[in-house]
This record gives sequence, C-alpha cells and structure tokens, in this order.
Amino acid sequence: MEDIIVCEGLNKYYSGVHALKDLSLKIKKDSVVGLIGDNGAGKSTLIKILSGAHQPDSGHIYFEGNKVKFKSTKEAMNLGIETIYQYSALIPEMSIARNIFIGREQTQYNVGNFGLMKTKTMQDDAMKALTDVELHLRSPDTPVNQLSGGERQGVVIARAMYFKSKVLILDEPTNHLSVKETNKVLRFVEGLKSQGVTSIFITHNLSHVYPIADHLCVMARGEKIADLDKKDTTIDHLTDLLVNG
Amino acid sequence: MSKNFSLRSLLVRPEVATFLMFLAIMIGFYIANERFLDARNIRIVMGITPEYIIVAIGIAILMISGEFDLSVGSVFALVPMTIVQMVHQGIPPWFAIFLGLMIGIIVGFVNGFITLRFGIPSFIATLGMLYIARSLTTVATAGFPPPFPHILPNELFVYQFELFRASLYWALLVAVVLGVMLHRSNVGNWIYATGGDQNAASSMGIKTGNVKMFCFILCGFLAGFAGMIQTFRLEAPLPSQGYLLELESIAAAVIGGVSLFGGIGTVFGAVIGAILIRFLESGIIMARIDAEWFRAGLGSLIIIAVVFNTYISRRATRIGQNKAKD
Repeated sequence: MEDIIVCEGLNKYYSGVHALKDLSLKIKKDSVVGLIGDNGAGKSTLIKILSGAHQPDSGHIYFEGNKVKFKSTKEAMNLGIETIYQYSALIPEMSIARNIFIGREQTQYNVGNFGLMKTKTMQDDAMKALTDVELHLRSPDTPVNQLSGGERQGVVIARAMYFKSKVLILDEPTNHLSVKETNKVLRFVEGLKSQGVTSIFITHNLSHVYPIADHLCVMARGEKIADLDKKDTTIDHLTDLLVNG
Repeated sequence: MSKNFSLRSLLVRPEVATFLMFLAIMIGFYIANERFLDARNIRIVMGITPEYIIVAIGIAILMISGEFDLSVGSVFALVPMTIVQMVHQGIPPWFAIFLGLMIGIIVGFVNGFITLRFGIPSFIATLGMLYIARSLTTVATAGFPPPFPHILPNELFVYQFELFRASLYWALLVAVVLGVMLHRSNVGNWIYATGGDQNAASSMGIKTGNVKMFCFILCGFLAGFAGMIQTFRLEAPLPSQGYLLELESIAAAVIGGVSLFGGIGTVFGAVIGAILIRFLESGIIMARIDAEWFRAGLGSLIIIAVVFNTYISRRATRIGQNKAKD
C-alpha cells in the first residue's frame, strides 16, 4: 500500500524546549494509525504540525508524494487533512448545521468571499452527513450544547467526511467520554477505513486505540520510540514501551 | 408533541423573553396612565429612540463576537462635533459628514488594533478610548459649543413625519441590513463562531482577528452615525452628548439577550432592548413617579433579564441532554 503522509526529520522547539526530535513517520493510506504516548511525549506538537497550526523548525512533510508546507490549518484542510481537536472544534451555542459548515458555508449572491447562506441546503446536507456516519439526531437546528460527548465527536467526524477529508487526525477523541460513548466514537473511526479515509488516532489510552488500529506508533520525550504493525506486537509489549519509555 | 416542543424552543430564545418583558412594561404603564400610548407620547419617545437603537446594534454585534466597546458614548459626541467644526472651517457639508464618519471608523480600528495587537482586554482598551475621545471632543469644542450650521442636510436624517422621524427609518435600515448580515450571511456565522469559541473557530480556518476587527470598526462607525443623528435632531453639538451611553447600550444589548461572554444574541433583541429602555424612562415620568427612579428600574431590568436568560438557557440545555440520554 502507498503512503499518504511521509514525515522526514521533523524538529520543533518551543522557547528553547526541544518538543519534537528528528521525527520521521510513514502513514499508509486507508489505515488507522494509533499514535500513543504519555502527556508531554510530543504527540500534540506532531499533530499541530501535520494540521498546519504550527510550522516545523526543520524537516519535510510529503502528502500523496508531494512535498508540502502548510502555513495555516486552512491550507491543510484544503488538501484534505482535517484535525479534530481535544477541545472539540464545535461552537456549543450554534446549531449542528451551522457548525458543520463553519468557515465553509454554502452561499449565494456572493460579493467576494461574502454571501448569504443557503440555510435550507445546509440543513439538508448536514442531516445527510450525520446519517452517513450512522448518527441519527432529531434536527440540524439543535444546538451542539444539547448533544452528548460522543454525539459531538460524531458531528465533527460527519463534518470531516462531508468535506471529503483524506486524512482525519483525532486528538484524544475519547477523553472524558463514558464507556458507551467511547465505543460509539471507536465505531465511527473504524467505519472511516472502508470509506477511504486514513485516520491518525492520538491517545494516551492504549486500550481505546488498540482494537481498531492497524499500525501503532509510540512516542516519548519528543521522539518516536516504536513504530509497529499491529500483527508484530502485543498490548503487553506496547504497555511496557509506554510505561518504561 | 412536536408543536409542544417548538413552542418551548421558541420560549427559550432570549429575545422572545425580552419581547414579553417589553409587552408587560407597555401594558403596565398604559394601565398607570392611558396617555402613555397615545400618538403624542409615541412620537416623543420614538423621536429619540433610533439613535439608541443604532448604537445598541453595533454594541450587540461586537459583544456577540466576544468583545466590548466602552468608547461609544464618547464617539457619539466626537463625530458630530468634528463634522460641525469642519463645516465652520469651510469644508463642504457632505465631505465633512464623510470625514466625520471616518473618525468613527478610525476610532473603531484603533480600539480593535490595540485590543488584538497587544492582547489586552477590550474593556481596558476602549475604557482608555472613552477618555481620549471625550477629551478630544471638548478640545474640538474650543471652549464654547459652536452654533449648528444650517447648511448641513439634517432634515434628511431627522425630518419629523406624522408619527415618526426619518431617523427611525435609518435605524430600521441599519437593523435590517445588519440583521441579514448577522443571521443569514457567512460573515454572521463567523461572528457567532468567533464569540462562541475562538479556539474552535480559528481551528476551522476562520480569521478571528479580522472578524473582531470588523466588529470593532462597525461599532465605532454606528456610534458616530447615531451621534450625528442626535446632533442633527437637537441642532446643537454638545460636548457632553452621549454621556454614559456606553453603559446604556450594553444594558440594551444584555436586556435583549446578548451574552456578556459572546456567541449569543440577535439584532432584534438589541433593538427591542433599546426601545424598552426609552419607554421605561417615559413610562416612569408619565406614571408621575419621580424620574430618579428610572435608573433603579433600568438596573432591576438588567438583573432580571440576565437571571432569567441564564435560568432559561440552563433549562434548555438540561432538557436537550435528558433527551439525548433517552
């Protein structure tokens, strides 16, 4: 299988702290990659670079074989790399439909970048996007703050799917969720593979990602300390790596 | 069942609660004095209200984006004062109006620039501007309030029709245009997103700094425009004009259901809030209550409105979450 993302020798410093040390990584197309590591291992730094939020101090990123340099999250999103942050990139008071289209509203009567929103189309498309990820909610006008944690992650995943993302980066998507809600999110992610979406699942909870991952990458102190196919490893081995670094 | 739910979701909209409060006050004062709602009193109240509506809309939109502007009262005085003084210096009236309104825009820009560039609370940046702009107004007065130059086209903005002044139609125009912008355009979606959760909005690629800057500029412009209308109505540029207006317009927005934390509110709510305050003032006078009670009434109204909205939004969230669990 071909690699959709290749990182070579990425380094990142934050005011003197070497947060990411010479990191190289290959991510296969249509796979689920578990990126695990304790707090402060450099996972967040890596995904901020992959999502375009931060820029590496040195090193290269290749996306679908082409060398890329993201100056903003928008640029990464335009290529099809969508990031789902820990703090959930949803606005609590806004409706599901408006949330799905934030920054990418469907508009008419445009003047430059500005225009009136096609409310009806956006509502219908939002409902369709939700159904596509097996999320059945009452109405696209429901404010997001009325949804459960798992449903919110579902909305974010539906949004990424709607905009035809090729790579979905999930930052601790199961944090603060109940067991039942966690299982829901894991099912969403597993379903992505068959739709041709590569996911990078970041977590410090190995037991969440292990069942659905094809490949696991362990980080500690800003370095990659293991990079294994699931078939070549066991949960005990990975736990040992995580704990003892 | 579904009808039941839509009624409930209507009632939890903050501006609907404001509208009910508005009706209650209108009916209450009408009972106290029938002349409260006769044409003469409505003409008086609606003659001065448009200026407050325009400022309240600017404040509301800025607050929805998550920022404040305490300088609107001072800009409300500075802009018309410079227009009048420029006309006295021989600058053609329309050009003077254009330059004057540009001052409102510049003050808004400076407010936004200081807040965003230095990462300080807009409360502080615009508090500073409150004093600066008021001071400039007094300096521009040159010691004695200048006479109103009658070559200014003030009739176009304040002409008294049968019941309403032209200024009310200007205010309605502002409300409709900005209401469509806020509630129907993609820019409106960005404003709500920026005020609702700035991190989330910028991670979705929204340039939250630009969105806020736009709202600061809009607010400064509207404050200046409204101040110009008041001077045109009074035909006297007063350096004290708009004193304490910043707090009153925040009050109007808050009574109209705008959240102090950003992300929530409507143009309609701000309009109703502004109208409500003016009728409250008039009603107290008409009911032959000591006019000093106006501020006590306004204060109570602010507290009641916010307590009520907080209660309602908590309840709505709880109803929704219980439903989600089922």
